[in-house]
Amino acid sequence: MSNKIDLTLNINGQDHAVSVEPRKTLVDAIREDCALTGTHIGCEHGVCGACTVIVGGEAVRSCLMFAVQAQGKPIRTVEGLASGKTLHPLQRSFMAHHGLQCGFCTPGFLMLAVNTLEKNPAIGDEELLDVLSSNLCRCTGYQNIILAVKAAREDMRTKEEAVAG
Amino acid sequence: MKPPPFQYHDPKTLAEAVGLLGTLDNAKLLAGGQSLMPMLNMRFVLPDHVIDLNLVEGMAGIKETDGVLEIGAMTRQRELEFSDLVAAKCPLLHQALMHVGHRQTRNRGTIGGSLCHLDPAAELVTVCMAHDATIAVAGPGGTREIAFADFPAGYLTPAIELNEIVTAIRIPVWPAGHKAAFIEFSRRHGDFAIVSAAALLQIDGGRITRASLTIGGVAVAPVRATEVEQAIVGQAPTSELFAKVCESCRSFEAMADIHASAEYRQHLAVVLARRALEKAADLADNAPWNRAH
Repeated sequence: MSNKIDLTLNINGQDHAVSVEPRKTLVDAIREDCALTGTHIGCEHGVCGACTVIVGGEAVRSCLMFAVQAQGKPIRTVEGLASGKTLHPLQRSFMAHHGLQCGFCTPGFLMLAVNTLEKNPAIGDEELLDVLSSNLCRCTGYQNIILAVKAAREDMRTKEEAVAG
Repeated sequence: MKPPPFQYHDPKTLAEAVGLLGTLDNAKLLAGGQSLMPMLNMRFVLPDHVIDLNLVEGMAGIKETDGVLEIGAMTRQRELEFSDLVAAKCPLLHQALMHVGHRQTRNRGTIGGSLCHLDPAAELVTVCMAHDATIAVAGPGGTREIAFADFPAGYLTPAIELNEIVTAIRIPVWPAGHKAAFIEFSRRHGDFAIVSAAALLQIDGGRITRASLTIGGVAVAPVRATEVEQAIVGQAPTSELFAKVCESCRSFEAMADIHASAEYRQHLAVVLARRALEKAADLADNAPWNRAH
């Protein structure tokens, strides 16, 4: 009844050939079949945002999408943020501002924030707060996450201006 | 918390999708998946077949023809949010979208999916009721249109046949310069509203010439406050008038659940109805709930 489907998932620029049941969610396929466990599974019904990844340039909840639906679309996960041993500015900012404690929600917040800042490096505080309100964190009380993203926004903006200049 | 086994179908045309839906037993249509996927994960829904509409050609898009905004059922909420056409022609829809879930869910969620899921408090359902939208469906016998007032058949149940697919939403736009306000009360931003209110007003020469007021989340489907609409047309918009006439919303039949009692919903209906009208009529600046605190 639920025969496996062969498909290719392109994650962080690398193709992963997997064979999954159609009912397999994208997050399960990323973790179990592609062995990329940086993406976390929280509530599995689209409430917590821990499983946020970027599919086809848009941040989505990977528990609310089937793996088969991500075929042919570039997928970005937290593993793709650092370049070699150099952490992404946002990752450094989370460290500097104590934007995490247990770290469970962090991959989701990072991917959401990266997607948001890449799309609009000049995003205003109010809109940023609205975007970040979609993910849950039970440790930090959110303030340090907001601080970290705001600091990274400045950092990424300065870098962009430096490149442009 | 894993979806049950099912057979997966990904038709490329509407005809193919209609054919599959008409022949397969216990099939479920998958649009954006932001309501169906949680229901599958929690096994509230156990389909034998899932028909994915995401690859069907021509089911997404926004256009305006002869004063009617036509939106393909598979148009993502995010596209609507960023559509200049929607912002210009249907400000109520634009405002309401800001309350629909979060950025990640709007990236996937579709207007047709939200309407078919028909949550009593869903913002897009309330907007369609406020605007007297028409729903276009396709089935084995061809296509037909359903007036939105007839679309909700019950709790989470649209009045379409099991072999029919919603293809488009047609929203008659109000004349340029009309006023719109969408407000809601929810425990947290991004949650479904406990109660919401959508107001449309046309004001000419200091008098209200046309009014639409819809309350969502009180009953199984949004209700039009026709008594209020009739009472304010021909009048000058004032806070006193709105406060007086919105009292009639307390008589709405209201449901009770874990989130709120029927009495509380009726109270919210009265308060939000007034606030939505005040906001639409630009009277809200001095309202206590709108002052900085």
